Amino acid sequence: MALDKATVAKIASLARLRVVDDRLAGLATELSKILTWIEQLAEVDTEGVTPMSSVVEASLRQRPDAITDGGKADDILANAPASAAGFFTVPKVVE
Amino acid sequence: MADLTDLTLREARDGVRAGSFSAVEVTQAHLDAMAGARALNAFISETPERALTMAAESDARVAAGDPRPMEGVPIAVKDLFCTAGIATTAGSHILEDFTPTYESTVTQNLWDAGAVLLGKTNLDEFGMGSSSENSFFGPVENPWRASGETRSRVAGGSSGGSAAAVAANIAPGAIGTDTGGSIRQPAAFSGIVGMKPTYGRCSRWGTVAFASSLDQAGPMTRTVQDAAILLGAMAGFDPKDSTSVDLPAPKFEAALTGEVAGLKIGIPDEYRVEGMPGEIDALWSHGADWLRDAGAEIVPISLPMTKHALPAYYIVAPAEASSNLARYDGIRYGLREAAQDITDLYEITRASGFGEEVQRRILIGTYALSAGYYDAHYLKAQKVRTRIAEDFKAVFEDVDVLLTPTAPSEAFVAGSKSDDRIAMYLNDVFTVPASLAGLPGISVPAGLAANGLPLGLQILAKPFDEQTMFRAAQVLETAAALTARPTPWWTGASS
Repeated sequence: MALDKATVAKIASLARLRVVDDRLAGLATELSKILTWIEQLAEVDTEGVTPMSSVVEASLRQRPDAITDGGKADDILANAPASAAGFFTVPKVVE
Repeated sequence: MADLTDLTLREARDGVRAGSFSAVEVTQAHLDAMAGARALNAFISETPERALTMAAESDARVAAGDPRPMEGVPIAVKDLFCTAGIATTAGSHILEDFTPTYESTVTQNLWDAGAVLLGKTNLDEFGMGSSSENSFFGPVENPWRASGETRSRVAGGSSGGSAAAVAANIAPGAIGTDTGGSIRQPAAFSGIVGMKPTYGRCSRWGTVAFASSLDQAGPMTRTVQDAAILLGAMAGFDPKDSTSVDLPAPKFEAALTGEVAGLKIGIPDEYRVEGMPGEIDALWSHGADWLRDAGAEIVPISLPMTKHALPAYYIVAPAEASSNLARYDGIRYGLREAAQDITDLYEITRASGFGEEVQRRILIGTYALSAGYYDAHYLKAQKVRTRIAEDFKAVFEDVDVLLTPTAPSEAFVAGSKSDDRIAMYLNDVFTVPASLAGLPGISVPAGLAANGLPLGLQILAKPFDEQTMFRAAQVLETAAALTARPTPWWTGASS
């Protein structure tokens, strides 16, 4: 599978990673090489096979719908790069 | 008194408990070793003050006649486990200044058992790598060097700092995490024991996530018995991890009977991969002979899906990683780069904060999960994963454990595989299949290559049958009787 520069730029945008233009060609080559190697999976017969998302053969546990934690605003904000008055702050989003 | 850093984890535990030496003494000896081994770059954070405070508490407990199971045992912790009040970086620039306000369940279990934190060990960024060269804090150096050589060897990865710390007698035990081989492969490269438990055995809560359906914490030690002891202190049900399995942790240490008579050991033919050095093949045969001589039955078996495990892993793990790492957005914690609008803030922060390999995997994962490619890549890989797990299930109808090599080579020269991603990925060819199936596995130092570097053999077992795995591993360890240790070139070397 060969990825072109435009596809790499699109994936990078979906992943919210800034890739400078002169890195696109190199990345396209690198990723294409990896994806070509991965393509050998096509030869495996998976007709009717259930996809595995977890190796644990159990359904998720349920617990009472009760508050078990909280009141930790200071802890939660402790590592924020910017905060004010108990909130995370971000650049202006709405004009 | 003999050098306290030569003690095994069991000897340190028993000695503190018996009062042969104090927890402070054994801790100080290891802190001194850590300070003298900075040339290895095995640690990102050293925590001597915390260590001595914890050790003093251990001594008080012993004096009061109330010692806990791991009282006073110094432990090194991979810098992927959140430790309250102590920086936790995941080897990444994006978490360079992150100090958790909470403790991971696995490390909390260790401190509750009386263990002492020496420091946080270096690793491939977010656990992504097989050489511990992908760290924002620089590469880890393997304590071992080839005979007559001064070239640096990689410590393996991603738990390379933990492996180096144990191999260099900086810690009698360390904890790591294993997603596709990140405990077992560095253990093999560093001549120590490294064990990945059954998925679900150790809580993932508070561990920085890489690929959540694969990540498992495990012990790294110099003996099989020590691994059993350390796992016992780490494992256990945790309601805070939805995939933690609600089973009581068995007494792993008690499983080490030294007996394998009647045990059926499978040898998977497909692990004889092209290009594997003859000395690894020979060591593998020796391993089978040792177990046969101890009364086990050797059974050739087949795992036809083996060759598809690595490519399936390189879809599944990056896909989960791309999703897990979406949380690093420059807003709630971690690095933030200045930007005018929110999209720029995300994109510039992430491009600056993540290293090259992490970005590569995020891109592959995002691609595999994106509209139009999801079925062909992600869903396909998940189906192949099912077939790999079925392969193992079928052979475990007939055999008790499997014996394989741990890695297809000895520790390679630093920098020698950095330009070839697929060559790097192939390091995990023998460890990834069991990871995909969630099985427990252990690497045992079993011999030396012609150039004097250590080689490991791997035992794989059925889910939640770590006891049989440990039992077979200890018989292997005893038969191999490996006494070689790395020459301490690093003491006095400048960092």
